[in-house]
Amino acid sequence: MKGQAGDFLILDKATGTYRESPEQLVRDDVEKHYWLHVGRTILKDWRLYVMLVPTILVFLFWRYLPMYELLGSFKVSDQVKSVADQYFAGFSYFKRLLVGGDTLSTEFWRAMRNTFLLSFYGLLFGFPMPILLALFFNEIRSNIARSVYQVLTYLPKFMSTVVMTSLVTMLVKQASATMGTQPGIVSQALASLGLISQDAARAGLLNNPNFFRAIYQISGIWETAGYDSIVFFAAIIAISPTSYEAAQIDGANKMAQMRYVVLPSILSTVVIMLITRIGSMLSIGYEKVLLLYNPNTYVTADVVSTFAQRYGLAGSQKGIASAAEMMNNIIGMLLVIGANTIARKASNVSLY
Amino acid sequence: MKRKLEISELIFKIISYTLLTVFALCCLYPFLYAVSASMSGRHAVEYGEIILFPKAVQFDAFSRMFNDNTFWNAYSNTLFLTVYGTIWALGVAILGGYALSKKRLLFRKAFNFYLVFTMWFSAGIVPQYLNYLATKDVFNSVGITDDKWLVVIAMGMAAMNIILLRNAFEGVPSEIEEAAIVDGASEFQVLSKVFIPMSKSTIATVALFFAISRWNGYFWARQMISNQNEHPLQVFIRLRLEEFTDPEFTAGWNFPYATDSVIYALVVCSIVPILIIYPFIQKYFAKGTNAGGVKE
Repeated sequence: MKGQAGDFLILDKATGTYRESPEQLVRDDVEKHYWLHVGRTILKDWRLYVMLVPTILVFLFWRYLPMYELLGSFKVSDQVKSVADQYFAGFSYFKRLLVGGDTLSTEFWRAMRNTFLLSFYGLLFGFPMPILLALFFNEIRSNIARSVYQVLTYLPKFMSTVVMTSLVTMLVKQASATMGTQPGIVSQALASLGLISQDAARAGLLNNPNFFRAIYQISGIWETAGYDSIVFFAAIIAISPTSYEAAQIDGANKMAQMRYVVLPSILSTVVIMLITRIGSMLSIGYEKVLLLYNPNTYVTADVVSTFAQRYGLAGSQKGIASAAEMMNNIIGMLLVIGANTIARKASNVSLY
Repeated sequence: MKRKLEISELIFKIISYTLLTVFALCCLYPFLYAVSASMSGRHAVEYGEIILFPKAVQFDAFSRMFNDNTFWNAYSNTLFLTVYGTIWALGVAILGGYALSKKRLLFRKAFNFYLVFTMWFSAGIVPQYLNYLATKDVFNSVGITDDKWLVVIAMGMAAMNIILLRNAFEGVPSEIEEAAIVDGASEFQVLSKVFIPMSKSTIATVALFFAISRWNGYFWARQMISNQNEHPLQVFIRLRLEEFTDPEFTAGWNFPYATDSVIYALVVCSIVPILIIYPFIQKYFAKGTNAGGVKE
């Protein structure tokens, strides 16, 4: 709305002239002395701002200062000089990674592809599992039986990534020809079921690039499906029993009840969780990959963060490594913001 | 009146029970196997003779670990990191969340964005590593040579947890706050006597989140803690795994129990304490997933 003269000025009827309204004088004053006003407000309420200081500093030192180090991806790596004093290299690292044509560039694209595929398969197979589990939990009428099932499925969530990957490593470990030992128990079981060949089992599943994605996804489902089902189960038990009864009286069978009663009730939860998942797609946990992969499986296992770890921390090409991760993280950020915008538009639910 | 189950409902029930049972057993089996394998004799473990129950029971693998000082040292380091890390992070987060929950805070939106941006974009491993190295130098120069303090202070803060606390504090009715102010409470008293008691369950949940991430922390602890005696349990387990699955090491192994048994025993020992305290924290564990930062 446009301002009108009457908002700022008052007509003095007696003299026929305009003068400024007192409110406008105050507004002018505040505008003129804005920072003074800010200073006074802060001083009056200083305790509140002191409370904010630790948070600001922690994030400044250990979240924002690293971003300053990203300058290194535009500069010539130098072990001695600080990042501010290094010479500019422009976009040469980015160019080398994207269109370099050498092994480094091939490895980078492989890592990008693996990052995308691991999260995409995670979405495809990992996302529906907790919803299915929640639907199944809902079928169990006895509270005790259900609690037992739930606690059993939460069990793997109690492990840290290190313990989980150690257990996985042991369960699918290779057989030793010299010692005559047998492969891990899960490999044995899969081989005797005919799902994998004896040779593959003996060579160790984690040494075979063809199995890495499957191991990653299955261990992911094993670890999180039970725990992730909590939120969907909460949405399902919130459905009033009268809804089912009404549907039954109308002659709905189980499928129809699922379609017309359960699905609409949990849809908003599903959408929110799905958007969160899509938003965090490219930020897959590098710890788990790092702990499970080895040079034999780089073809399918190497993701951008592990690529950066290998070249930047284990190797010394810090510029290349941070350039690679920066590209990955920018795409990830765009995904988060995009997903959040869509969520807000579609359902008035904003995640942050 | 009890309605008879329709045929479609019956089928779905049967499917549910079957698949749930299969999945639950899949979840449970690796743990049972780990327990059995850690207690079985060398031959049984190495030749895959254990299916479910231990064979040729021995407890040497466990006693080897219990007599290992480095194991207990790692455990106490993890406790140190978990306790101090949680206290530090929770303290910072409560103060920050409280300030951000106040509508009268100037530049509130900007401060919020300052936090949320770190959830969208992270600098990545290499810049963080350089940053932690620089921090380590600063800490050393002021006389803090124990790298555990670096892990406690510099790592593990999460914007999401501050936002959870902020949302909880926003939910406290302003009338109660005003009543406290009328009674002469200072800002810190309002926080400690009104807001913290009224948001206990969220604070417990957030504390649990911090504690879990500290307990599980591996990568940065391994990168930044140079002294082996300061390593937490996760790093200890990983180093043992790398050592004990090395063919050269296993070839020279001449104990009556397998190298695998030692690893399994470690796995068991790291899970058991969590299983013991789980019933007490279950409430907050389950609450966590629902407490996401959804706002209007």
